[in-house]
Amino acid sequence: MKKVYTRPKTMKDVHFHYCPGCGHGIINRLLMEVIDEMGLRDTAICVAPAGCGMLVYNYFDIDTLESAHGRGAAVATGIKRVRPDNLVFSYQGDGDLAAIGTAEGFHAANRGEPITVIFVNNGVYGMTGGQMAPTTLTDQVTTTTPEGRDPIIAGHPVRICEVFSMLDGTTYLERVTVNKPSAVAKAKKAIKKAFQCQLDGKGFSLVEILSPCPTNWKMGPVESCRWIDDVMSKQFPIGVVKDIK
Amino acid sequence: MKKLMSGNAALGEAAILSGCMCYFGYPITPQNELTEYMAKRMTELGRVFIQSESEIAAINMVLGASVAGARAMTSSSSPGMSLKQEGISYLAADELPAVVVDMVRGGPGMGNISPAQSDYLQATRGGGHGDYKTIVLAPGSVQELTEVIPLAFDLADQYRNPVVILGDGMLGQMMEPVDFDNIVPPKAYPKDYILTGAKGRPSRMVRSLLFDTKEEEEHNWKLVRKYQRMEQKEVRYETFLIDDAEMVVVAYGIGARIAKGAIKRLRRENMKVGMVRPITAWPFPAAILQELAKTVHEFFVFEMSAGQMIEDVKLALAGKGHIHFYGRPGGVIPTPVELYRIIGRHYYTATRRKQQ
Amino acid sequence: MKGTISIDPERCKGCGLCIEFCPKKLIAISDRLNMKGYFVAAFTDGNECTGCATCAVMCPEVAIEVMRT
Repeated sequence: MKKVYTRPKTMKDVHFHYCPGCGHGIINRLLMEVIDEMGLRDTAICVAPAGCGMLVYNYFDIDTLESAHGRGAAVATGIKRVRPDNLVFSYQGDGDLAAIGTAEGFHAANRGEPITVIFVNNGVYGMTGGQMAPTTLTDQVTTTTPEGRDPIIAGHPVRICEVFSMLDGTTYLERVTVNKPSAVAKAKKAIKKAFQCQLDGKGFSLVEILSPCPTNWKMGPVESCRWIDDVMSKQFPIGVVKDIK
Repeated sequence: MKKLMSGNAALGEAAILSGCMCYFGYPITPQNELTEYMAKRMTELGRVFIQSESEIAAINMVLGASVAGARAMTSSSSPGMSLKQEGISYLAADELPAVVVDMVRGGPGMGNISPAQSDYLQATRGGGHGDYKTIVLAPGSVQELTEVIPLAFDLADQYRNPVVILGDGMLGQMMEPVDFDNIVPPKAYPKDYILTGAKGRPSRMVRSLLFDTKEEEEHNWKLVRKYQRMEQKEVRYETFLIDDAEMVVVAYGIGARIAKGAIKRLRRENMKVGMVRPITAWPFPAAILQELAKTVHEFFVFEMSAGQMIEDVKLALAGKGHIHFYGRPGGVIPTPVELYRIIGRHYYTATRRKQQ
Repeated sequence: MKGTISIDPERCKGCGLCIEFCPKKLIAISDRLNMKGYFVAAFTDGNECTGCATCAVMCPEVAIEVMRT
């Protein structure tokens, strides 16, 4: 018997704080698997957000910096300009990138900064208890849209990949999910491709990952995964949005 | 060989000679000449220049560049400085070096583009959240910028803390003869905390979230001890004609230039007025004022604001002496003659009071 | 038996994703309560496991190790 699957080497031996069935756990693991497989532990620098994903610095055995809420893309820009040979990526949630950090994300993308943004979209503000996010769906109930999101008052859900695809500075943008095994495999491929895009000096890459948040969606983990297929991915289509060779 | 340069340009050149590797800035009057100077010179030298999308982005780019090990600077003016406060709090919490330049203009709100001194409290108390301090240097001439800027970078590296340059629109845009002969190649400081990729060493995390309140308290006291060291070692000020002064003016930056002109006129009429000019607004030179208060009973605070530094003077004097105040907010620049008349009036009233 | 798995009971949060996605339905929630207060998933003993690692791929806690002959 040989071990064919175990914790990635670059993942610290620490228990996750995430809720049961949270997508962050899978995404964290995929990132460390990719870093292991591509041999990037020595060069990777991660910028962590504010939000559930902020504690990645406790899990990733690479150099990490905790950024102020939303500023990850600007901070990553500063790091990458000083250390162009390092792999610099930010890990940002939907509040971090699509609300408070939109200007910084948009302009890092527009400048074609050769960084990678891992954009975890779970349609809700997790850490603070389930408030509306820019990516919350119309009619979706959250703690600040108790009657369901009304676009007239609260605007429409934002498709970041599509918006960023209109900027000439962006090179590779793909939307994936982690709600079933085949999707997880595709998500891992996309992360690898995004990192390779950066290492090849091709420009700005972003992987948007639809991620289950059972606690704030008020569903079980398995039901959350199904909801991504049945509902969420209708608003946020899975697939490559931009891929400049 | 002295060259005629604007304060903004001289500041930029001084930063470059001090080893500034990254400059991030956003246009705002009255410091655009600095951003434009850096756009040209940094690019010429193959260093990093970005016109960022906002002052918020700029301070965060500084943070990124600093954590990656480079000397980084940003500049702005009052409204933009307000935007940077969050970033400055994070820099202090993360113990990262940075130089942040504020060319103060009339405020509050949009204000105007005229020189002012109304960001003193924001700079010295820290407009960001939490218990932190930044050394605040207040240069008073274009030549003094060439001393203050290398010092700022050194202090930032030495203490691993952001340093604020409290300038103003007049200092930035006036042109004076300046030479950079005093600037020496920058010292190398140990950088065992920066993020470079964890090759051959354990990985590092730089962060300021400390859920455990014991840990957070410890971290705070560690920072406080650092600030106490700054208070002990980094006070800087200049005195002018204080030996026989019966009234001591306290003014800084451009305010001190105006006050000097006023004092020269007062002296011609045998009014014994001198001046203490803080060069560090923080740590404030309280000790020299306390020393003077043993023999001097009249202090005259002059600021181009509605009254901010006066709080530090009051704290320093702790009830001793009589504090006069003249402030002009909104970007108004009194002339030395105007100030001479006002100080003279106060001096006369104070002398009359003593005689009674 | 071509494959087998081990689930770390202290990492497991009983989310049920491994149970849902195991192609042979070889995992089930047990009545073992761990230190965090979750009823943990357990590998039901059987010779059917192929070591496909689908459970480990879906596990958000990195709680599952997979062995294969």
